[in-house]
Amino acid sequence: MPEIKVTPLGAGQDVGRSCILVSIGGKNIMLDCGMHMGYNDDRRFPDFSYITQNGRLTEFLDCVIISHFHLDHCGALPYMSEMIGFDGPIYMTHPTKAICPILLEDFRKITVDKKGETNFFTSQMIKDCMKKVIPLNLHQTVQVDDELEIKAYYAGHVLGAAMFQIKVGSESVVYTGDYNMTPDRHLGAAWIDKCRPDILISESTYATTIRDSKRCRERDFLKKVHETVERGGKVLIPVFALGRAQELCILLETFWERMNLKAPIYFSTGLTEKANHYYKLFITWTNQKIRKTFVQRNMFEFKHIKAFDRSYADNPGPMVVFATPGMLHAGQSLQIFKKWAGNDKNMVIMPGYCVQGTVGHKILNGQKKLEMEGRATLEVKLQVEYMSFSAHADAKGIMQLIRMAEPRNMLLVHGEAKKMEFLKDKIEQEFSISCFMPANGETTTVTTNPSVPVDISLNLLKREMALGGPLPDLKKPRTMHGTLIIKDNSLRLVSPEQALKELGLTEHQLRFTCRVQLQEPHSDQDTLNRIYTHLKSVLKGYTIQHLPDGAVMVESIVIKVTSSAEEPNLKVILLSWSYQDEELGSFLSTLLKKGLPSGL
Amino acid sequence: MKLYCLSGHPTLPCNVLKFKSTTIMLDCGLDTTSALHFLPLPLVHSPRLSKLPGWVSKDGTLNLEKELKECAGRVFVDSQPEFCLPERELLDLSTIDVILISNYHCMMALPYITEHTGFTGTVYATEPTFQIGRLLMEELVTFMERVPKAQSATCWKNKEIQRMLPGPLKDALDVWTWKRCYSTQEVNSALSKVQLVGYSQKVELFGAVQVTPLSSGYSLGSSNWIIQSHYEKVSYVSGSSLLTTHPQPMDQSSLKNSDVLILTGLTQIPTANPDGMLGEFCSNLAMTIRAGGNVLVPCYSSGVIYDLLECLYQFMDSANLGTTPFYFISPVANSSLEFSQIFAEWLCQNKQSKVYLPEPPFPHAELIQTNKLKHYPSIHGDFSSEFRQPCVVFTGHPSLRFGDVVHFMELWGKSSLNTIIFTEPDFSYLDALAPYQPLAMKSVYCPIDTRLNFHQVAKLLKEVQPLHVVCPEQYTQPPPAQSHRSDLMLELQPPPMPYRRCSVLGLPFRRRYERIQLLPELAKSLVPAEIKPGISVATVSAVLQSKDNKHILQPVPKPAPVPPSKKRKRVMEEPPELLSPKPLLSGAVPLEPFLATLHKVGDFLLLPSLSPSLSFILPQHGITEVKVEETPEGHILHLQTEDTLIQLEEDGTHIVCGNNEPLRTTLRDLVLRFLQKL
Repeated sequence: MPEIKVTPLGAGQDVGRSCILVSIGGKNIMLDCGMHMGYNDDRRFPDFSYITQNGRLTEFLDCVIISHFHLDHCGALPYMSEMIGFDGPIYMTHPTKAICPILLEDFRKITVDKKGETNFFTSQMIKDCMKKVIPLNLHQTVQVDDELEIKAYYAGHVLGAAMFQIKVGSESVVYTGDYNMTPDRHLGAAWIDKCRPDILISESTYATTIRDSKRCRERDFLKKVHETVERGGKVLIPVFALGRAQELCILLETFWERMNLKAPIYFSTGLTEKANHYYKLFITWTNQKIRKTFVQRNMFEFKHIKAFDRSYADNPGPMVVFATPGMLHAGQSLQIFKKWAGNDKNMVIMPGYCVQGTVGHKILNGQKKLEMEGRATLEVKLQVEYMSFSAHADAKGIMQLIRMAEPRNMLLVHGEAKKMEFLKDKIEQEFSISCFMPANGETTTVTTNPSVPVDISLNLLKREMALGGPLPDLKKPRTMHGTLIIKDNSLRLVSPEQALKELGLTEHQLRFTCRVQLQEPHSDQDTLNRIYTHLKSVLKGYTIQHLPDGAVMVESIVIKVTSSAEEPNLKVILLSWSYQDEELGSFLSTLLKKGLPSGL
Repeated sequence: MKLYCLSGHPTLPCNVLKFKSTTIMLDCGLDTTSALHFLPLPLVHSPRLSKLPGWVSKDGTLNLEKELKECAGRVFVDSQPEFCLPERELLDLSTIDVILISNYHCMMALPYITEHTGFTGTVYATEPTFQIGRLLMEELVTFMERVPKAQSATCWKNKEIQRMLPGPLKDALDVWTWKRCYSTQEVNSALSKVQLVGYSQKVELFGAVQVTPLSSGYSLGSSNWIIQSHYEKVSYVSGSSLLTTHPQPMDQSSLKNSDVLILTGLTQIPTANPDGMLGEFCSNLAMTIRAGGNVLVPCYSSGVIYDLLECLYQFMDSANLGTTPFYFISPVANSSLEFSQIFAEWLCQNKQSKVYLPEPPFPHAELIQTNKLKHYPSIHGDFSSEFRQPCVVFTGHPSLRFGDVVHFMELWGKSSLNTIIFTEPDFSYLDALAPYQPLAMKSVYCPIDTRLNFHQVAKLLKEVQPLHVVCPEQYTQPPPAQSHRSDLMLELQPPPMPYRRCSVLGLPFRRRYERIQLLPELAKSLVPAEIKPGISVATVSAVLQSKDNKHILQPVPKPAPVPPSKKRKRVMEEPPELLSPKPLLSGAVPLEPFLATLHKVGDFLLLPSLSPSLSFILPQHGITEVKVEETPEGHILHLQTEDTLIQLEEDGTHIVCGNNEPLRTTLRDLVLRFLQKL
């Protein structure tokens, strides 16, 4: 029985270091190769030794697919390809290929230059790794080899995020990466066709959340920012340079414009300008509205949002600052946070999910005292607000995607075990399909039942379709007969006659002639007539005819009557039929043996 | 499988392919060369044009001075220019299921096909083709609508009258079918039927056919198409280029193994080398500017203009002409320049890697930023106050019959300092200039056509090896003006099948197979038997299910168990189902082994598990009394006790017996043991 195996090396009942292995039709594929934000040790990267204990991965993996540029999906890529060793193809979309190396370099700098870690991938390794990347377009069917094909679908979430269909023969798996089922201010909604995969591997970050309408959340966000600024406070919004940041910038930009506000909005890090450039050049990946109007007004050219300088943090008066990274675990956002945390007029708005172990995660859990490096404690007095702007599908969205794709099985990753459990029950109830949620290193096996593709001769098919009529009788389906010729891996279904001809065989005629003796006080001709009448009444829907040579023919069965001069009343009925009419011939001989009814 | 040819223009094709159960239109190009018969549409009143004399036949019997004007010995129609549409009578356009567009130049007739014809299908195009195609259509509509003509000339189209007109008007074909330009509303409605596709995307049509666009290397988003089923493959090649310009390179390998390759859109100027032309373009431009003249470049708003700007970007500084302003004037100039920068996925590698930096892929962004290139929607407004001379103006339409270019012709035509440089190959430059004669301005013809030439196409066809090639008849003979150049035609073995406008070709295809799926339960139940080394056969009895052109074979459902009731006896007597044939038999029954089995059979039949009723029919110790008689064809076995004959021959077996059904079936099964079933 063919099987598909799925093993998460990361993101199994967890968020972070997404890395899922799929074995399908003899092919092995790695989906995402991410890092974990919550760890600084070995656990930061997926455990590749699961694949092989010694050495390179090239011969074990047919390809690697990266769903989008977030580090928890691509952060371990140079480590995997250059330090462990993988020379096969790595697939990602164009925007991901453009942005991914920048974030990797950023990550490397923070880790090596600031934290002084060694044994980490180098800038050159990032470059070498990116050379192995083959960019692809949405909906393009990429033939990895003769059997394995992949296809990308729009996923929303961030610029260039994609879901991937992986297909071998008639078996297929869809991996969603991170996705968003509702369009936002800069990206569209995820979409997939009814591709009926054997397994749909879906993220489940917001497995239990049904988020209220986007408009309400936006109004809430603007209200909070506005109130804080009005009372002279400072607002810190920790974000990742690309993605949510642009959406919130568009939101604040239009609000500032409408309300004619004067308080400055800053965007930290040199990435900003660059980031906005990417959005401009990859505008076909944004939502319909932005794409339609970009010639007249490019939404990514901001008037009110200026570049941030470190010294501005100490300026008096209100301001709004977007700073990276988004989970307050390092860098500029953490520095500003330390400066502003003591003042209760200020506010920090966390617009996305925070991984366990980060400062973001701690303050969201209401921690008021933070232990910092060097035993110092930081008192958190500023207001902490959480607004889910991360573009993940919520429970409703996940169900919606299942309805779109109609998978045969469901597999959840990228979420917390407890929440997954809840969603799993819901999915199994609503769709009556199995739902799996393997932990890291745990393998889920799904047996598939693929049908066998065969070449049928057009003559045979057309004949059958014509005989079946335009509306075949469902209760009494027609049985079709054919001969399957199996030769050199090809399977061809032809009519038996054609098979004989093709294989150079001659037909062997098997015929039967059966004598039935009856006492009939009639002439031979009358007896034949009586047989004719009798059969007419018994066999409805059969062709029965008199032949010129004095025989009766039922379909292709010939019936003759003879008698001898000695015993004129003992009739010998001869039935002759070929093997193809075996059932009818056998039936008739048995029938006639019983004699003819007297009422004829 | 048939091909209906609705256009005779080799670079503006419109063909309809009937393939399996689908009707697929391949491109719908609009032949705008018909506009050359019309007077230019000036943007501002032109005293010269309005003073042209009306045309009266020499003997004075025919007076069409309201409709026809004479200029420098040629006659032009004074009316809104009209276009020559694809043939609309050859087949019912409402039966078209899909239209595949290969590039933005080949979709300009779309509204004529999809609107007011009952068309209900889908149009497939790539995103750049769709977006730029929209711009070109909108531009065309604006050109026409901003200078409305009150009257439209129709008298001259009368067959009797047209016959008496001077050439080339006399020889214009199908003038009655010529149509005015469509409206914005029709453009929008037509474009709303477009569905976007990406390169190498497999699009299923009704489950019967799969179509796939491939990069053709000619323009942004330009594609060739593969139309295939599991067994047949048609390649449609239209407007392809092997030169390294801005678009993604042509995908050649996917065209391999085609049964039929439809070849259109080769270069229109097979004798001109695009690189050489580009050099000539630059040197003529520099020469004119240095002498203080202006350069007019009539061009389309997208396509080669991107390459021209890039070339000039490098050239102008090196030629010390860095301060000369470039103007690009078109209602869609801004959009065209902006759109060109956002299609990274569709560009050549070189440009793609710029986007990764991130930098705009085309250097015209920098030309705009540094104010070297300015673009305006028309000559009205800002342009008139801002423009400086000498300058270079890029503007449309290349036919010189409408658009802002008409104004520059009137403005600059009188001075020999100025130069007009033709780069678009679609129009004869002499015909284009005819209504402006006499002209002092210099004219230079540097047609840049990057599409495949005959040499390249011969190489390509050798590489991809299609079984048959279909092409416009023009490609099967040398161009009329160069009849000795046998290198400017396609020479193939077998010779290509030529088509012309209104041809209907039967394509040489014999479809023999179709894909069918055996459900796993059915596949498992099959028992293959090897009948020759390496060849096995299995008989298949199954129920066919066909839905949406997909075929499935499923196991024959087991008959529902008959409920035990009084009717049971009658059921037993039901005649067998009709139409359940037995497999065909093959092979021969060998005498000795058959006899041996016959002897054994009696013992078998004595086993208690077998039907006890048989024991009285057969002798206790098998069938031993068999008399074998040799005949010319084989043998006759006489089972004397049973009064039964078995005729064994090479290709047949005949069992003649009394009414002993159990014996007959036993013998039958014995014979079957030796035969192959198909």
